Amino acid sequence: MLIQFSFGLIFWMTVSFLAVLFILKKFAWKPILDTLTEREKGIEDALSEARKAREEMAALNTKNEELMRSAREEREVLLKEARDIRDREIAQAKEKAKAEADALLARARTDIQNEKNAALTEMKNQVAELSILVAEHILREKLGDAAAQRALVDKVLTEADLRKS
Amino acid sequence: MKALIRATFLVFSVLFAGVAMAQHEGHDHATDSAHATTSSDAQLAAEDVNEVHATTHGDEGHAKFNPGEMIMGHVTDEHGWHLWGHTSLPLPIIIYNTERGLSVFSSAHFDHGHKTYGGYMLHEGKVVATTAADGTDVHAATIDEALTAATWDVSITKNVLGMLVSIVLMLVIFMSASTHYRTNGVGAPKGVARFVEPIILFVRDDVAKANIGPHYARFMPFLLTVFFFILINNLMGLIPIFPFGANVSGSISVTFALAAITFILTLIHGNRHYWGHILAMPGVPKPVLLILTPVEILGVFLRPSILMIRLFANITAGHIIVLSFFALIFIFGEINAGLGWGVSIFSLLFTVFMTMLELLVAFIQAFVFTFLSAMYLGSAIEEPHHH
Repeated sequence: MLIQFSFGLIFWMTVSFLAVLFILKKFAWKPILDTLTEREKGIEDALSEARKAREEMAALNTKNEELMRSAREEREVLLKEARDIRDREIAQAKEKAKAEADALLARARTDIQNEKNAALTEMKNQVAELSILVAEHILREKLGDAAAQRALVDKVLTEADLRKS
Repeated sequence: MKALIRATFLVFSVLFAGVAMAQHEGHDHATDSAHATTSSDAQLAAEDVNEVHATTHGDEGHAKFNPGEMIMGHVTDEHGWHLWGHTSLPLPIIIYNTERGLSVFSSAHFDHGHKTYGGYMLHEGKVVATTAADGTDVHAATIDEALTAATWDVSITKNVLGMLVSIVLMLVIFMSASTHYRTNGVGAPKGVARFVEPIILFVRDDVAKANIGPHYARFMPFLLTVFFFILINNLMGLIPIFPFGANVSGSISVTFALAAITFILTLIHGNRHYWGHILAMPGVPKPVLLILTPVEILGVFLRPSILMIRLFANITAGHIIVLSFFALIFIFGEINAGLGWGVSIFSLLFTVFMTMLELLVAFIQAFVFTFLSAMYLGSAIEEPHHH
């Protein structure tokens, strides 16, 4: 009755089950399972790729920062060098100007001295000439009286004074 | 969270296995009482079994309602599909007799088991050979035992047809899912694919991978087919309208064939390690092996037997309980029509509850059968552990 092994049912069951198994295996399970595996693999790949990209981005960022820092440092160095060069050049220019001014002053002083010496020498010469002239006139007027001599001297002196001025 | 759900699911399945055992015992009693009722009725009414069988189907006006007959009629196989009242769908009878050759004819010729046809007749639902002429009343015909022994009945019975309907449904579902995957590729699943994909993944990850290990892939088609075959037949068995409602997965012939396939697969794939553990368990003293080896060999046959009986008992028991609640309506209705109507409310509530439970059992039993098959296959191909 209830527990009754029926040959026909076992036969049909086995035949149809195996048929279904083979049909589904070929046309359903294989494509479905393959697609599922493929999708899982795709997701896994995408995730690992994203992770890799993230790591690369991070590496790139660090590299960028490094670059920025070194650039900044280089700029500092360059600026400092430029400042140094400028300072040095200014200092040099100043020194040079001072030296030139000093030289100029020194030459002026020498010139003045020379002029002065020349003037003195000329004055001495003129004094000597005047003296000679006076002496000459005195000598010329020697034969005159004293008064004449006196007048002569005065006259010479006056002339000398005039000429001098 | 996922692990928790899995654990709950397992606990439930174990619990229901226990309930099922209880149900099984219960239905044994039911069967006994059914037998008792049948025989006492037969004696009292002095009518043949087939007469009672024919009249008890939903038509309690003519004969006394026999719940045992009604329930058995619904859970066992038939050469014809009872639709309503006295209307049955005749099914093809296919018989091969080693002496008479092949005979194919409609079961309508048997006239609900009253008449002989083509040298055959129905006796207690089975086709037997007779030498009586066509159209003889079965009471007048005698069974030809020798010819009956040479008869192989491969008729399309109610269960075979029910199974074929389920198979067509399976093919439709999975072919369309497969087409979807073939056309949509790895895109998000839609329609029927979205429905079956989680179940396929469940079978793959929690049944096959968990029990078989890295070489699970070659058993996947078998496990998936078994799982969905049982599941769909379980669910179809719950729908009481033609062409569903045949008790396919609650038929011991069907569960026998399924378990036999698992059994044969374990035998084919069993490796040296597996047979070594069965025939001579390593590290066990020789005298103990005298006891252990027969037990292990017995175990090889017991495992598929357990698979067979568990599925059969669970599904049949569920059907018997649901049908018993319906039978209650008619039993009380015979005493008093009002009482019948009163009981029908409770019967319906219980039937709804039982059907809900059966839905759960349908999934659990499909899962348990597949899970245990995977476990047996896993143990058969397991490689020795290197410590």
